[in-house]
Amino acid sequence: MFGIVRQNVGGARGLSSQGLNSMVRLRPIASVIRNYSSATKEMTVRDALNSALDEEMAADPNVYVMGEEVGEYQGAYKITKGLLDKYGPERVVDTPITEAGFAGIGVGSAYHGLRPVIEFMTFNFSMQAIDHVINSAAKSNYMSAGQINVPIVFRGPNGPAAGVGAQHSQCYGAWYGSVPGLKVLVPYSSEDARGLLKAAIRDPDPVVFLENELLYGESFPVSAEALDSSFCLPIGKAKIEREGKDITITAFSKMVGYALKAAEILEKDGINAEVINLRSIRPLDRATINASVRKTNRLVTVEEGFPQHGIGAEICASVVEDSFGYLDAPVERVAGADVPTPYAANLERMAFPQIEDIVRAAKRVCYRSVPLAATA
Amino acid sequence: MAFARRSFKPISTTTSFFRRRLLTTTTDDITVETSVPFTGHNCEPPSRSVSTNPKELLSFFTDMALMRRMEIAADSLYKSKLIRGFCHLYDGQEAVCVGMEAAITKKDCIITAYRDHCIFLGRGGTLLESFAELMGRQAGCSKGKGGSMHFYKKDACFFGGHGIVGAQVPLGCGLAFAQKFRKEDHVTFAMYGDGAANQGQLFEALNMAALWDLPAILVCENNHYGMGTAEWRAAKSPAYYKRGDYVPGLKVDGMDAFAVKQACKFAKEHALKNGPIILEMDTYRYHGHSMSDPGSTYRTRDEISGVRQERDPIERIRKLILAHDLATEKELKDIEKQARKEVDEAIAQAKESPMPEESELFTNVYRKGLGVESFGTDRKELRATLP
Repeated sequence: MFGIVRQNVGGARGLSSQGLNSMVRLRPIASVIRNYSSATKEMTVRDALNSALDEEMAADPNVYVMGEEVGEYQGAYKITKGLLDKYGPERVVDTPITEAGFAGIGVGSAYHGLRPVIEFMTFNFSMQAIDHVINSAAKSNYMSAGQINVPIVFRGPNGPAAGVGAQHSQCYGAWYGSVPGLKVLVPYSSEDARGLLKAAIRDPDPVVFLENELLYGESFPVSAEALDSSFCLPIGKAKIEREGKDITITAFSKMVGYALKAAEILEKDGINAEVINLRSIRPLDRATINASVRKTNRLVTVEEGFPQHGIGAEICASVVEDSFGYLDAPVERVAGADVPTPYAANLERMAFPQIEDIVRAAKRVCYRSVPLAATA
Repeated sequence: MAFARRSFKPISTTTSFFRRRLLTTTTDDITVETSVPFTGHNCEPPSRSVSTNPKELLSFFTDMALMRRMEIAADSLYKSKLIRGFCHLYDGQEAVCVGMEAAITKKDCIITAYRDHCIFLGRGGTLLESFAELMGRQAGCSKGKGGSMHFYKKDACFFGGHGIVGAQVPLGCGLAFAQKFRKEDHVTFAMYGDGAANQGQLFEALNMAALWDLPAILVCENNHYGMGTAEWRAAKSPAYYKRGDYVPGLKVDGMDAFAVKQACKFAKEHALKNGPIILEMDTYRYHGHSMSDPGSTYRTRDEISGVRQERDPIERIRKLILAHDLATEKELKDIEKQARKEVDEAIAQAKESPMPEESELFTNVYRKGLGVESFGTDRKELRATLP
């Protein structure tokens, strides 16, 4: 279940095409399986996203997909595979490599009532179009006092892949998450991917949907409910992936998997960790996070993005504001290193959180004040 | 096209004025020659002869007089600090939006940058909505939350009102994309200035519009100055109607409302069949770039007064009306007085309109707020739940 398979994506813009030369597979552990509803089907995140797009396009003729290679190439990461054949070139629109242009065209079409799903090949390229995401999309409903809403979704891989270097590895969660008027979603599992993408497409406001390239090939069990075409997850609600009582670990996207593995390791040391899958950066589910910290009294935040002004900083501030009296230790942040991403494999490994970083921070948080009494 | 007056008087009292004068001539066609011929790029330009009628001629005069009055009044309001922030005035350029409206319907879309007050009026917005918005009051078209640069009128397909130079052009191509997607018989006019004409995103959007045959008409309102920079200092090629390369273009005298009308009619027919076209409107703004710019450090007062003498759009229509004996000088002066009166009344009414309720700080952040919490500056002091 935690197989990480690197898929060959065919040299799209110099991004990772590692082939199948490295596979890391962990045996599923019973304590983790129990958190998923009894599932008969497994689905990759890629298929989850594809099926969500397919279903929403079938349900609403105003939904269309636009971006580079989304049509004839079947998607740079094959997320839009098969959609061109099914819906035709009017609804699956290949664009030139002109992000500012097509993001603007997408937003303009949303002004006039269409529901575009704009793909950025990675969110690094969204910086070319960021004015449209923020000034043209996010702020319009406010500036027009409700006349012009923008039902658009901007989606694509976010954060680091593997060995793609400094310009292709940044996480944009904190930047987009700070903008009022946007909703920012961060799916982890296939169920997250399906439910949140469907919710995003149906939402009348602009949604930034941050995926992760390395999760595309990962398989997760999906319940029958999640497979239904009406399935939708609420926006702004985090999910408690693993219940615990000693510390709270918040994470999103790929880091949820790492946090869960860290939790297994911590369990052996008698630390019972609660892992929260944020699912949504904006709105941030402060209620769930604070309720958890009030229960466990300790918090470690995990993210891949740059540490300064990051998501962990916001979560820490929120907890300090609302639950200060409940904290038994200062909040710990585990984040990407404060450097542009290096290419060399050993340096890159140092640049992004590893499971041992989460474990170490969690232990620090536990031994900072009084040693844990009951560890069994 | 009596737009603003509907909010003040019943229509009968105003149009009765015209009925007395124009008993037999209301529907008779008049042919007017444009001031100069059109220049085409990759297209056959339309004829210089434009058909019109007395009603239209008078409505051009009335509408432009109202727009002119509104902008001049806004100048005073800004100087008395009732309007804050940015205020970009359109006086001198009125013929562009008035001529355009005469050629299109309210289902054709218009999008422009920040010099949007008169275009809003042309789309059917009222003087009250305009002045109240400028003064940040509840009766404003954006309930006081947008300001000068963010006027919208969605029911008339006017999509703003944009502060970022050039952004409106891809947005306009997006409106055209939606029109084509829905197989509508309508077009979009995406307006921009000579300053924005050099923006990369414009060429990105134009390329896609041409690739996909979108019914997009790019209208460059070339008033020859991008803020304080003259066109020859900003553009290697200031022939903006040619900058589309493979996209046809037309150069139009933007101070001649009939030239604008003819060009927009031509462009609409073209765009529905063949995709995008560029219209370059040769126009002029009497004010500086905005109220913070005196407008005289980078151009001479002689130049400004010269244009006012030779090319003023309202004067041109006045001369046409008098030449065709459609009204007397006094009647035209009365129309201008009436415009002044309406503007003054609208300002008085706008001043009565209250500032938005404090709770409005938190409204319209989202169309669907999901019950999420939002914060004021001191979050322990002020929080709100977004509906």
